[in-house]
Amino acid sequence: MTAMVKAEGVHKSFGPLEVLKGIDLEVRSGEVFCLIGPSGSGKSTFLRCINHLEKINAGRLYVDGELVGYRQKGDKLYELKDSEVAVKRRDIGMVFQRFNLFPHMTAAENVVEAPVQVKGVSKAKARERATELLDRVGLADKARNYPSQLSGGQQQRVAIARALAMDPKLMLFDEPTSALDPELVGDVLDVMRDLAESGMTMVVVTHEMGFAREVGDSLVFMDGGVVVESGNPREVLTNPRHERTQAFLSKVL
Amino acid sequence: MTDIDKTDGPADTPPAGPEAIKAIPVRHYGRYVTAVVAVALLGAVVYAFSQGKINWGAIPDYFFDDRILNGVGKTLLLTVLSMAIGIVGGVLLAVMRLSKNPVTSSIAWFYIWFFRGTPVLVQLIVWFNLGLVFEFINLGPFYKNEWSDFMTPFLTALLGLGLNEAAYMAEICRAGLLAVDEGQTEASHALGMSHVKTLRRIVIPQAMRVIVPPTGNEVINMLKTTSLVSVVQYPELLRAAQDIGQTSGAPAEMLFLAAAWYLLLTSVFSVGQYYLERYYARGSSRSLPATPFQKIRANVLSLSNRSGSTGGAA
Repeated sequence: MTAMVKAEGVHKSFGPLEVLKGIDLEVRSGEVFCLIGPSGSGKSTFLRCINHLEKINAGRLYVDGELVGYRQKGDKLYELKDSEVAVKRRDIGMVFQRFNLFPHMTAAENVVEAPVQVKGVSKAKARERATELLDRVGLADKARNYPSQLSGGQQQRVAIARALAMDPKLMLFDEPTSALDPELVGDVLDVMRDLAESGMTMVVVTHEMGFAREVGDSLVFMDGGVVVESGNPREVLTNPRHERTQAFLSKVL
Repeated sequence: MTDIDKTDGPADTPPAGPEAIKAIPVRHYGRYVTAVVAVALLGAVVYAFSQGKINWGAIPDYFFDDRILNGVGKTLLLTVLSMAIGIVGGVLLAVMRLSKNPVTSSIAWFYIWFFRGTPVLVQLIVWFNLGLVFEFINLGPFYKNEWSDFMTPFLTALLGLGLNEAAYMAEICRAGLLAVDEGQTEASHALGMSHVKTLRRIVIPQAMRVIVPPTGNEVINMLKTTSLVSVVQYPELLRAAQDIGQTSGAPAEMLFLAAAWYLLLTSVFSVGQYYLERYYARGSSRSLPATPFQKIRANVLSLSNRSGSTGGAA
């Protein structure tokens, strides 16, 4: 399998605060890659680097073989223009902890927006596809509702449909269930599980160890801006080798 | 919005539970007292004015005078056009001010600093006298004229008011743009939308909720500020009223007449503003706020309900 995401010594600082201190990892095409770790460990920041919402300070980050945010000519790096970055983001779907649905649009309009505005898909076609996607996430009857009329779990599923509408080759999930009431988490995880079975490449920052164990193909435990331990989720979660992983898991499991 | 739910409540949902509560509502005696005092004061003021040396009969005589109606038209035209300049300029300046580009943000900062920092009356007079600086206007093959012919009172008024307004609108728009959650921009960017599309489709529509109310205020302000342009010889409402006042020998009466017209116009604008706010509130709350008509209906219903003493939520 080829690498969908490849990180080589990725560093990221916010001012004097170094959040990522050299991340090396590889996400293979078609796998579900889970990132776990305590808050402040840099996992969300790393996820945001993948679609260039954050600029990295050192190292190299590749998505589908192409450098993120830069173009390399010889040994020189050229920053990409905003419009070029935007083109690359089309292929990377992202789901946020706080949903970030567009509140002035209905669920269907949220899903239709990007394909029409970015890809120039006809409105009729985009609407048709939106109906399909909302049906897939179990919300066909909520198409005309505004986000404020939906529960958190429903909003997050609309957000997933919105990201899928762009037909991404990679989906990033930034703690998609952390802002949800416990009884709503299951619905969102079901949609994600379904998506994983369809072969989508997914990078998931999560605190849902059950999901990581069941659905994950690889798992990385991050702490303090570095990868502490990685491997098969079932192995890492059952028999963590590293002390810090053991300490973390003993608190969350 | 909870108010509306309450007043709507008794009308369509009968009280649930084993037995409806029948209680005597709290009596608000203070309300009756203040109402009586307010009416008495108002009556006293009206009486004083009616007994004054004012020829009230002159006002209806001239209320629909052609010169007055013409002045009203010019006032409205000037208000609408200068607000249009103000809003377009304001959005542009706000976006420039918030841009990452240090050159555009400095230009916007300087513009706002200058136009907000000098009185609009002075700006109007300066525009009017720019002929001292520029003798001619020469736009190559397109247009060429003497400055004094080019800079008509109308154009002076329009530029003076519009450019000044843009500085204020810029600050209002900036506040609106900043009020939109950053997650919205991120979500839009993550979908591959460009900066411009993000602004136009995602950020500005949401910023409108914050922008519309103070903009309504600006429109009403502008309507009245147009009365300043009489200094550059533009015959708007106030000037028309003053002119009639001088020839008809009823100067004070004509000022009252102008005031009445301004009040009428601002009232009409307020209604428009209400519905505009209602439009941009969509999606932000679970149900739209009621229209005044719906509110009145709900109030009347709740009143009739109260007299029936079923002790609803009213």
